[in-house]
Amino acid sequence: MLTAYVLLLAVLVGLALAAPFLAGRRHGSVALHAGGGLVALAMAALALAALLGVGAPHAGLTLPLGPPGGAASRLALDGLSAWFLLLLGLSGSATALFALGHALPRPNRRHHAAGPADRAPVLAAQPLFLAGMALTLLAADAYTLLAGFELMSLASWVLVAADHEVAENRAAARLYLIVAACGAVALILAFGLLGAGAATGTPAGASAGTPPGTPGGLGMDLAFAALRAAPPEGWRAVAVLLLVLAGAGAKAGLVPLHVWLPLAHPAAPSHVSALMSGAMTKVSLYVLARVALDLCGPAQPVWWGVPILAAGVAAALLGALRATQESDAKVLLACSTIENVGLVAAGLGLAAAFRGADLGPLAALAAGAALLHALNHGVFKTLLFLAAGEVLHGAATRRLDRMGGLIRTMPWTAACALVGIAAAAALPPLSGFASEWLLLQALLAAPRVGDLAFQLVAAAAAACIGLAVALASAAMVRLFGLAFLGRFRTPRAAGAEDGPPVARWALALPAALTVLLGLIPGPLLDLAVPALRPLVGGTGLPGPQAFSLAAAEGPRYLPLPLALLLGLAGGALVLLLRARSPAGVETGPAWDCGFIPPPAHLPFGDPLTQPDAAGFAQPLRRMLAGPLLRRADRDAPDRSSLDRPGHGPPALRDPAWVLLFVPAARLRDALAAQAERLRGFTIRRCLTLSFATLVLLLAAIAWLERG
Amino acid sequence: MATPLSLLGAVLAQILHVALVLVAAPFLLGVLEWLRARLLGFRGASPRQPWRDLLRLLRKRPVLAESASWISRAAPYAAVAATAVAAALVPGFARGMALAPLSDLLVVAGLLGVARVALALAGMDAGTAFGGLGAAREMAFAAFAEPALLLAAMSFAILTGSTNIDFIATAFAGGAPGLRVSLALALLALLAVALAENGRIPVDNPATHLELTMVHEAMLLEASGRHLALWQYAAALRLLLWLALLNALFLPYGTAPAAAGPLAWVVAAVLWAGRMLLLAAALAVFERAIAKMRVFRVPEFLGAALLLGLLGAVLLFVSTGLT
Repeated sequence: MLTAYVLLLAVLVGLALAAPFLAGRRHGSVALHAGGGLVALAMAALALAALLGVGAPHAGLTLPLGPPGGAASRLALDGLSAWFLLLLGLSGSATALFALGHALPRPNRRHHAAGPADRAPVLAAQPLFLAGMALTLLAADAYTLLAGFELMSLASWVLVAADHEVAENRAAARLYLIVAACGAVALILAFGLLGAGAATGTPAGASAGTPPGTPGGLGMDLAFAALRAAPPEGWRAVAVLLLVLAGAGAKAGLVPLHVWLPLAHPAAPSHVSALMSGAMTKVSLYVLARVALDLCGPAQPVWWGVPILAAGVAAALLGALRATQESDAKVLLACSTIENVGLVAAGLGLAAAFRGADLGPLAALAAGAALLHALNHGVFKTLLFLAAGEVLHGAATRRLDRMGGLIRTMPWTAACALVGIAAAAALPPLSGFASEWLLLQALLAAPRVGDLAFQLVAAAAAACIGLAVALASAAMVRLFGLAFLGRFRTPRAAGAEDGPPVARWALALPAALTVLLGLIPGPLLDLAVPALRPLVGGTGLPGPQAFSLAAAEGPRYLPLPLALLLGLAGGALVLLLRARSPAGVETGPAWDCGFIPPPAHLPFGDPLTQPDAAGFAQPLRRMLAGPLLRRADRDAPDRSSLDRPGHGPPALRDPAWVLLFVPAARLRDALAAQAERLRGFTIRRCLTLSFATLVLLLAAIAWLERG
Repeated sequence: MATPLSLLGAVLAQILHVALVLVAAPFLLGVLEWLRARLLGFRGASPRQPWRDLLRLLRKRPVLAESASWISRAAPYAAVAATAVAAALVPGFARGMALAPLSDLLVVAGLLGVARVALALAGMDAGTAFGGLGAAREMAFAAFAEPALLLAAMSFAILTGSTNIDFIATAFAGGAPGLRVSLALALLALLAVALAENGRIPVDNPATHLELTMVHEAMLLEASGRHLALWQYAAALRLLLWLALLNALFLPYGTAPAAAGPLAWVVAAVLWAGRMLLLAAALAVFERAIAKMRVFRVPEFLGAALLLGLLGAVLLFVSTGLT
């Protein structure tokens, strides 16, 4: 099975190499998207087979590639990898289908001019992006994992910069590259620390200061098996946890390193945004889970999960809050991604804490919630980003203020988006509710960890996550209501239309999958058992639970009977009312509290009488976002003239931006200014500087050699 | 345990419960409005008035705005179906009914969320000013109510180890946790949430005619005919649901086991009706005594509920010393 994956990776690389030759051709991009989609589909099928235990058990595979002087790179496929590969395959094939649908020439219209998404580097980056994510998930040693992670970062950077004529996209790509580089540094350091622990064997020897391995660390055994055998302890464990949280969290969008995400994800072409939000953030979470829960071993204490939980809860709250305020559809969806990534991370943190407290079943519950939510979010966020892409094609805008009424001109897209919205708003019986129910059950059971401090943390986390879930629901209602309901806000919206048939299927299939995943969370959790094993160890794994979700003991969630009941109630209602009430409806001008219908020169009514994006966000802005996002509410009317509505500054400042990124940029400028002074040095001073550096380095080596 | 007879009893009790709830919901609203009117010094409409209104509205064909889509036509059905299923899940006069395994507090909250989202989307569908305003406010209030509900659920989960309403009610009826300060705090939190969810004074005024202060009614301005009847019915069901929920969690006495047979059911149903009327009367007295608050004071009101819920959970941590 691993061999098949290696072949698929080779196919992806081949597609990337062929891209420059295919880019100019008539059906070049069609072939590339079709190839990428088929590879992704094959990945999903293989992962499903692996999770079901079909085929031979997979020993690791060693590739004759690797860093110079180091060990060859190793691949392996365990349950955790397979679970995330399944998600990657599903998201990848849906996005490829969407891109394919829009790349196919349509008979009744002129072939559209080659846009930024049709350029050779962009086309080449897409298979590489998929390959990087797959390589990260398949890696069985740190070098391979980092190589895959970096390939993923760089390829997605190319994709973010695809439309680089726009200054904002350039800025977003630059910020993305900076954060990705910082994250990579943190991850490399984390693996270095892990490897150093593994190389010296006992942590006691390490703390005495013996040099770990050979200089440069190339002699370290960075295979996962070796790392797992020597879990870090003491300060090393703290450092590894924080570094991994920074490295993987920066890529996943955990607070406070999330500010790039609402800028970079929307800048890419829509199907790439879908893949980035749906799959790439999950690959980063996989790295977090792999290192913090698997490689660092089961012997970590309760507090081990607290930083992960805290970062996750903060991301959930901040992401949901920002999603209620953004007025750009894709930015809104990116903020919602931050929220969902936060929920998954909170589940992982809880699992770590439960494991530390020897509460095996609860750890399995929390980790199961995290895995299930990762999959569910991957599917419904792919769907929503693709729907946003379809709206971008149809109505030529990403701004909610220029949409409205699209349900009448784009019925197909609207229906699929409604499914995604309902799942994202955690409405039963769709998929988002099932995994969030499981997560909340884990949170509500958290006080069973006897420690009072942890209980307080859990109570605060429960309140914050409840708030985040409700805010996400508000954000999704706002998105759907402003984009698809109401009157047209622009003539463009009135002339929008659904995408080509293939692209419609690219929306309908994830929508169907969202419904399906919501109805069968129990079997899915059974499927996830091999993936839970590396996270929580062998104890307390959930037993078979046909068609229901049971928390460790007690409460159960049975989506199938619930859906049946809902259908029964709705059907009975329709039949009853058909008998008792006159059939059909009449249409007329909106009553609108008795206001007269709009005059003929306003075909869509007066646009000012329909709530816009800022208007719908106003209650939550005034109640929560103003205080939390550092923005004074200035909705009071402008007193100087009565006919001018009061408008506050539209930009909300993210606290992470204000507190972390702005000072960091200032520090960089200050350091650069100091470094600039070196240029004015005389030759005497330069020589002194070199000499002093040499002496210092020699002294450091002498000190280290002394031990 | 699951003998055919007890299973039959559970199913029969469930069907009776559903029928009782569906018929009684508008009456309960009528009684509440009648009591409130009496307390304010009016004669008040008969408690049968909501049912009369519903039947009158049902005879009328709805008029939809030209800018409305199929959402306006589907949403009322979705809202009533979700609320009715949620109301069927909350235990009433009997314990251990057929749907008891489903009656999870979070599931009920989720179903109410379905109804809320349907209402908000219907409010935005015609693209009128008031509909959008009401939807924005409704979703904002819900954001504050949800965490308070969750923290109250946490108290129950600590005390009984479950969030299943039927399980909690049975445990409390057996006197398992005794009288606790935490439960009083959770009660206050849930009361505030119930007021907000049902759009009662002080959060919203169901009888208002001033559009600017409306939340719930503002979303219904475009609804008419059977759609309006459905929305009003959903609101009545939701009120009954919340009172039944408070009843089941805090006054779980005098309920009959589902297998107890018809005579015990009748006694329990009468007792249940009495307790529901008691709660309705308390609500009417409370509404008479208090004024509606400004929209932007509501977060403080619900924030207080959140703090009470948190305090209740923390008191439990300290007092039970769970290990």
